[in-house]
Amino acid sequence: MALLEVDNVHAYYGNIHALKGISLTVEEGEIVSLIGGNGAGKTTTLRSISGLLSPREGTITLRGEDLRQYKAHQLVSKGVAMVPEGRGVFARLTVEENLQMGAYHRSDRDGIAKDMRRVYQLFPRLEERKGQVAGTMSGGEQQMLATGRAMMSRPTLLLMDEPSMGLAPVLVEAIFQTIEEINKEGTTILLVEQNAHMALQIANRGYVLQTGEIVLQDSAKSLQQNAMVQKAYLGID
Amino acid sequence: MMAQLDVRNTIRMGLLAGVVAVSLSMIGMVEAFDQRDVITDVFSLGQLLLFTAPAIVGYMVVQRGKVKAYGPALFGGLIAGVFAALPIFALLILTLIFPNIRAQLVNVSPTLIGILAFGNGQVVGGLLMTAVMGILGLLGAAIYVIPDRIGNPLILGLGWTLLVGVLSEVLLNILRPLLPRAVLRFLFGTKGITFATAVILLILITTGIVWWQEKGREQAKARREAMSSGQQKTRRQVSLGMGLILLFVLPLILGTYLTEVVDNVGLYILMGLGLNIVVGFAGLLDLGYVAFFAIGAYTVGVLTSQGGLGVGHLSFWVALPIAVATSTMAGMLLGVPVLRMRGDYLAIVTLGFGEIIRVLATSDLLKPVIGGAQGVLQIPKPEIFGFTVIQPQHFYYVILAGVFLAIFLSSRLRDARLGRQWMALREDEDVAEAMGIHLVKTKLLAFGIGAAFSGLAGAIFAARLSSIFPHSFNLLISINVLSLIIVGGMGSLPGVVVGALVLVGLPELLREFAEYRLLLYGALLIAMMVTKPEGLWPSPVRRRELRAAEEETAPQIEQVG
Repeated sequence: MALLEVDNVHAYYGNIHALKGISLTVEEGEIVSLIGGNGAGKTTTLRSISGLLSPREGTITLRGEDLRQYKAHQLVSKGVAMVPEGRGVFARLTVEENLQMGAYHRSDRDGIAKDMRRVYQLFPRLEERKGQVAGTMSGGEQQMLATGRAMMSRPTLLLMDEPSMGLAPVLVEAIFQTIEEINKEGTTILLVEQNAHMALQIANRGYVLQTGEIVLQDSAKSLQQNAMVQKAYLGID
Repeated sequence: MMAQLDVRNTIRMGLLAGVVAVSLSMIGMVEAFDQRDVITDVFSLGQLLLFTAPAIVGYMVVQRGKVKAYGPALFGGLIAGVFAALPIFALLILTLIFPNIRAQLVNVSPTLIGILAFGNGQVVGGLLMTAVMGILGLLGAAIYVIPDRIGNPLILGLGWTLLVGVLSEVLLNILRPLLPRAVLRFLFGTKGITFATAVILLILITTGIVWWQEKGREQAKARREAMSSGQQKTRRQVSLGMGLILLFVLPLILGTYLTEVVDNVGLYILMGLGLNIVVGFAGLLDLGYVAFFAIGAYTVGVLTSQGGLGVGHLSFWVALPIAVATSTMAGMLLGVPVLRMRGDYLAIVTLGFGEIIRVLATSDLLKPVIGGAQGVLQIPKPEIFGFTVIQPQHFYYVILAGVFLAIFLSSRLRDARLGRQWMALREDEDVAEAMGIHLVKTKLLAFGIGAAFSGLAGAIFAARLSSIFPHSFNLLISINVLSLIIVGGMGSLPGVVVGALVLVGLPELLREFAEYRLLLYGALLIAMMVTKPEGLWPSPVRRRELRAAEEETAPQIEQVG
C-alpha cells in the first residue's frame, strides 16, 4: 500500500474548476515532485491533501486511511506536516519560539528537545540565530525555519510548497540538499516546485501538472530527458 | 555634521505651537482649566496648557537642529517662542477690532481675553504674552543646551512638580488627616501647591535624579550584587508584600471619593484584561466588547432585583457566576458568525453586535424583562457573612479580588498551550492552521474567556450602582477599553493597569477634563503612535518587534565603520 494515495480529486474555487481529476501516489521513503507552471494547480493539490481546502470529489488516503474526514488541524497529529508557500514563519516570534510552535501539540518534553537538537543539526544557522526574531532573517533562513518547524511535528509525510521561491541560487542548492537529508532520515516528501530543474534532480518520481490535470508522470530521470518537459520547464530547446 | 539652526523651520514650528494654543483657547479648554491653579497665584492649569507649547517648541527646534552652542540655541528658542505668541496676539487684536466676535466664536469670552492678556488691555497684554512666550521658548532651548546629565533630570523634575501641582487637590485630600494644619497651609495654597512647595519639589526631584544617575544607581547595583540569591529573593518578597499591604489599605488612605475613582479604574482594568485576551493575545479586533459588560450587568440585575422586574431574587453571589457564564456563552455565540472574518470585517461585525445589545436593552420588545429605557432598579447590595457591601471602600475589595483573579488567569493562560495557540493565531492564521491549531476552538475560547472577564465587571457594576440603564452601555465604553489597551501596550498585563490609570483615572481626578475626554484620548493616542507605538508598558514580544526593526538597519552602519 502506498503511503499517500490521491485518487480522482476535483477541486473548485467558486465556479473555477481548479483540479480536474488529479490522481497520484507517494510511496514510503520517496521524494515525489509535482512540477508545473503558474496556476497549474500545484498548490491547490497540496492544500487539498493537507485539508486546508475541501475537494468536491475524489479520495485522499494515508496508509489506507481516509484523510478527508479530518480537518486541517487534525492532520498534523496524523503525521502530515506542511511547509507553506512563501515560507510563512511567525515573523514576530523568535526562531526558537517558531520551532516550539511546530511541536505545540506534543507533550513529550524529551522528544521535543531531541527533535529541536536535530533541527539545529540540520540547520546550524538556526541555532546561531535562535534568539532572533524570525521576520528579520533572510529569505533562505526563513525557509530553513519553516522546514525545521514542520520537522518539529515529527511528520511521516512532509508537504513542501515551493521551497525555492525567491531564493538566491546558492541557497536553493542548500535547501534542496537538506531536503534530501531529511528524506534520507526517513521522512517521505511531496514537493511542489516551479524550479523543475532542482525538483527533478532530487526526486525519485515526478508528476507534471497543467491546468488542473496531470499530463505526465514518470521517474524523475526520464522526466528530465522528456522533450516536452525540457522545452516547457527546463528551458532546453 | 555642522549643527545649524534652521530659521524657517523654527518660525514654522513656533507658529504651529501658537495655532495649537489658540485652538485650545477657542474650544474653551484654557478657560475651563483656568479654574484650577497649579501653583497658587502663580499660574493656573489653563496657563500651563498655553505655556507648555512655546517651551516644548523651543526645546524641539534646537533638538532637531542639534544646536549645542548657547548663542544660536537660545536665539532659536526665543524666536520659536515669540512666533508661538503671534497667533495669540492676532486673536487679541481681532477681539479689539470686532468687539462682538463672541457671536461667531462663542468661547472667546472676556474671561479668556483676560487670561490671554494677563488682565491688561489687548495690545499691552499681547506684548506681554509675546515676551513671556519668548522667554519660555528660550528656557526650553536652554534645557537642551545644558549638559544632558542635568538637563534630563531637570525635565523630569519639572514634569513631576507640575503633575503634583495639577493633582494637588487629590494630594491634599489624602494628606489632610495625616499632617498638621500649619504644614498643610505651607504646602498647599487655595487652589494648588504653593510657590515654595514647587521650588522645593523641583530642587529635591532634580537633585535626587542627578544623584541617582551619578552615584545611586551604581551603589544600588553594587548592593544588589553583594547580596546572595536568597537575600535577593527575600528582598523581592518583602517589596511584593509591602505592595500588597499598600493595595489592601489603599481605601483607608484615599477616602470615599477617591476610592470610587479607583473602583472605576478597577472595573476598567477587569474589562481591559478581558479584551486583552481577545485583542492582545489572539489578535481579534473586537469593537463590541461592551455587550458582554451589559450582559453581565443585566443578568445580575434581573436575577437579584427586589423591584418589579426581579426574577428569583437570588443573592449576588449566586447571580455572579450565572452572569459570568451567560457572558461567556454570549462571547462564544458572537464568535461563531465571525469565525471566518479578519481584521476590519471582524471589527465592523463586533461593533454591530455591541450596538444590537444596546438597542435590545432600550427596546420595547424586551421592556417587560429588562425594563427598556427605565432600566432595572433596586438591585440589592451584595452581602457576605451578614456584612453588606455598600461603600465604595467595600466594593474596592470585591473589585480587587476580581482583578487579581483576572491577572492570575491571564498570566497562566498566556504561558499555557492555549496562550501559544492564541499567539500563533495572532501572528498568522493560515500558518497556525497548517500547523495543526484548531482555529474554531482557539478563537471561541478567546472570545468566551474575554467576555467572561467583562461579564464579571458588569456584574459588580450592577451591584455597585443598584440600578442599571441601557445608556450606561454605549460604544464609548468599548472604545475606552480598547484605547487603554493600546496606550498601555497590546498583550501586556501591567500595560492594562497603567493604561486604565492614565485613561480612566486621570480624567476622573481632573473633572475639568471630562468634557474634553475624547480630545485627550485622541491626542494621547496620536502622540503614543508617533513616539511610543508599543505602549507605555509593552509586552516582551511587542518590545522585541521594535528592537528588531532597529536591527534591520544596523548592518549598514557596521559596513561603514
